[in-house]
Amino acid sequence: MSTSIRVGWRASVGLTGDVLAALPVPLAFPLLLAFYYGESPVPFLAAIAVSLALGAAFRSTRDPAEDLGPREAFLAVALIWFLVAAVGAIPFVVAGVGTVAHPVNAMFESMSGLTTTGATVLRDFSVHSRSVMMWRQVIQWLGGLGILILATAVLSEIGVGGAQLMESESQTQDVNKLTPKISRTAQLIWGIYFGLTGLAIAVYFLLGLAVDPQMDLYNAVAHAFTSVATAGFSPEPLSVGAFHPLIQWAVVPFMVIGSTSFVLIYFAINGEPMRLLRNEEFHFYLGAMGTLASIVAVSLFLDPSTGFGAEATVRHAVFNVASIVTTTGYASTDYVLWAPAAKHMLFMGMFVGGMVGSTTCSIKSLRWLVALKSFRRNLYTAIHPESVRPVRISGKSIEEGAIRDIYAYLLLSIVIFFLLAVVIVVDAERAGLRVSEFEALGAAATTFLNIGPAFGDAGPYGTFATFPLSTRAVMVVLMWIGRIEIIPVLVLFTKAFWTS
Amino acid sequence: MYVVVIGAGEVGTSIAASLASDHEVVVVDVDPDRAEQLKYELDVLTIAGDGTSSEIQSAAEVDRADMVIACTDDDQTNLVACGTAKTLGDGFTIARVKSTDFLRTWEGGEGAFGVDFMVCTDLLTAENIVRVIGLPAAVDVDPFAGGLVQMAEFEIAEGSPVAGQTVSEADRFESLTFVGLFRNGDMIIPRGDTDIAVGDRAVVIGSPESVQSFATDVAPEATPDRADEIVVVGGSEIGYQTARLLEERDFRPRLIEQDADRARWLAENLPDTVVMEHDATDTEFLAREHVDEADIVVTALRSDEKNLLISVLAKRLGVDRVIAVVDSPDYVTVFEEIGIDIAVNPRTVTAEEITRFTYESVAENIAVLENDQAEVLELELTEGCGLVGRPISEIVADSDVRFVIGAITRDHRLVTPRGGTVLQAGDHVILLVESDSVSDIASMA
Repeated sequence: MSTSIRVGWRASVGLTGDVLAALPVPLAFPLLLAFYYGESPVPFLAAIAVSLALGAAFRSTRDPAEDLGPREAFLAVALIWFLVAAVGAIPFVVAGVGTVAHPVNAMFESMSGLTTTGATVLRDFSVHSRSVMMWRQVIQWLGGLGILILATAVLSEIGVGGAQLMESESQTQDVNKLTPKISRTAQLIWGIYFGLTGLAIAVYFLLGLAVDPQMDLYNAVAHAFTSVATAGFSPEPLSVGAFHPLIQWAVVPFMVIGSTSFVLIYFAINGEPMRLLRNEEFHFYLGAMGTLASIVAVSLFLDPSTGFGAEATVRHAVFNVASIVTTTGYASTDYVLWAPAAKHMLFMGMFVGGMVGSTTCSIKSLRWLVALKSFRRNLYTAIHPESVRPVRISGKSIEEGAIRDIYAYLLLSIVIFFLLAVVIVVDAERAGLRVSEFEALGAAATTFLNIGPAFGDAGPYGTFATFPLSTRAVMVVLMWIGRIEIIPVLVLFTKAFWTS
Repeated sequence: MYVVVIGAGEVGTSIAASLASDHEVVVVDVDPDRAEQLKYELDVLTIAGDGTSSEIQSAAEVDRADMVIACTDDDQTNLVACGTAKTLGDGFTIARVKSTDFLRTWEGGEGAFGVDFMVCTDLLTAENIVRVIGLPAAVDVDPFAGGLVQMAEFEIAEGSPVAGQTVSEADRFESLTFVGLFRNGDMIIPRGDTDIAVGDRAVVIGSPESVQSFATDVAPEATPDRADEIVVVGGSEIGYQTARLLEERDFRPRLIEQDADRARWLAENLPDTVVMEHDATDTEFLAREHVDEADIVVTALRSDEKNLLISVLAKRLGVDRVIAVVDSPDYVTVFEEIGIDIAVNPRTVTAEEITRFTYESVAENIAVLENDQAEVLELELTEGCGLVGRPISEIVADSDVRFVIGAITRDHRLVTPRGGTVLQAGDHVILLVESDSVSDIASMA
């Protein structure tokens, strides 16, 4: 007897089709820019055609009888993230300019964009058209909150399936329904995202008018897209370092807000700021950032070779730590040149991540906080074996099952991260390149945790194009897995998922 | 609307599912796992907690709710939840109860328990069973005005006594109105001299008793009467109410109840029913009492398993129609698959009634006929609307919309509409109208 497939894959594929069919909307933005700047619209027209064709093909397989259960949601999440990245790579290939003309590189750039990683394979920024450079920014903005929250907000047919999807997209917590309707909840969250993006555009643009002509409207929009999304691409080769110090300072709060829980921001806007201000995860996350920034600042002060003044020292410490901890990946200066102590602080910061329910990636503060608190409890119960002590976060006790899940996730992340580091080192050796252990660890962390720049050649002002092609292909998969928090992809490789 | 549903059991879930698409729904359940599960099943906000506590109700924002529906499995919980909701806000409260005692209390006092509308599961189920028993010939039956009025649609079969008669000849009943005839898919608004032909579908509106009598006229073969043997097994509240309603419709049922005290009580309270005290699973007793010759057997014991056993026994003995009360909705299909004619589930019945009522209070109670050619509406007339204070004949003459008023209820009593009847504010008017004109009519009320 043959085992039959027990997953309602048609529901997943149909939903993927819905999302793909909606992609022409964001693609229209760079298309209009191309017309405005008199550049070739063909890259975007090609992508629009493909997304419409794929969308229609996928939707035609739909079987209305199939429901979107947890399994189907996992499959849909994995498929959607991968295929949206694939469609997003088309304009780079069709434009055929620079390193990203190669399909694997284009996929790397697109996946790095969509997952808000921000690692780039571009070598020379100046050869690309402005519209293609803007497309990099748009992809990041789409991926910021998660495509599926966006899909739930705009595609009415998803309905309550959206709760399942949002749950599968981020493993960290239950979906917080702010209102009875999940689509309405998604719209509110997106409304905040939209509002913050708009605010960032205004702030950057006005500051640009005041202090730095290089921050024109194009750059204001481009950077607003990737700072609130904690994404990190910049059309400028020097990243945010290209702008006036005042603008660099202005970017920090947007990165920080972007990695603050949007649910708590919603409450703060609606007259309950205490829910945010008293939130322990928020404290932990700001505390971690502050501590790391202080240590980096001290390290920079003690290192005469950097040659920063007092303001610049503090600015670079705060900016780059915030950029790494929030998983954005902007840079204000080339920190590859810093002393090892400062660099290792940044490396540690990569694993922290912002808050659950934000645009951030990486491990996320909540998991560390729960792990640390439960470890502290273990120490206590070693002395008082009979004591019953729930782990509490912001006064709410966390279920034991959730704690075990967090331990499992941490372990799994660390295992994958080390394996990836090994792959990078070995593959570089095979290709006859010299990659140091620290650089390999940095590159593994930065791609898997969706941060962006690493160290060495892949530093903030460097490029991932120096890695062998095969390594980059592995990284594409790892960025994808990292962004949707491992589980939705791993379950696809279990027999039970398909047959039981 | 903003609706708060308290209790996420079968009834609450079913109600929330029907309302979720068009309204904002919040569901409160005391079981956190159930609340969590529901979050992914329905597009509603779920809150885990005790629905009677004002803290939880505040969290559910009952103060701004248009409607609060308490439908847990416990009567007292539901009443307290409604009472609490009334202290927090002024939403319309609906309570589900099992006990007919509470229903009587509530009917006796305006707004008792803070409940604006009470649905009694057992009574509702009994009404459902009696409707099924009494009108097998009907294509469609719908209750209106809280059960005071019924709408029924009959197909006029070959050999039916009313075939070939005019409407005025067929309409011999005081509290019955002929509102529509469908012939070859077309709707005819009947007048006194309209002929009724074989194959027509006739829609009548009136009191349940008169509809029952009319059914006997239309299909004397299929419609049970006093001569028919009806056996109710089990003197539960549902069994008792079923027997009582059957008595009201001029039937003479028999009721089997095992418990001596209960049987005694039933016999005292059901003058026209033969109550027998015995175990209904005893086949020898069933044979002795000729239950095999019964036309209809209703099983209303408290256990699904026993109901199943007796239903199967009755079917094997050769009973024509067996109607079983099935407490677990999951078993309904099982019952029907093994040949039990009709399985009635009290929870489903309750959920449907509450859902219908919520629609009613928003728009109007609606029954759709013949592929949506016509609808039967129940409208509550407000002070100063275009229909109040005018006789019906005048309204019909002035309006270019095709509609027929079938029944009026005033202060919970049925008023049979005649041309000279003057409509008053607060009347519930049940009328048939062409689907295209529904909004015109609704806007007049």
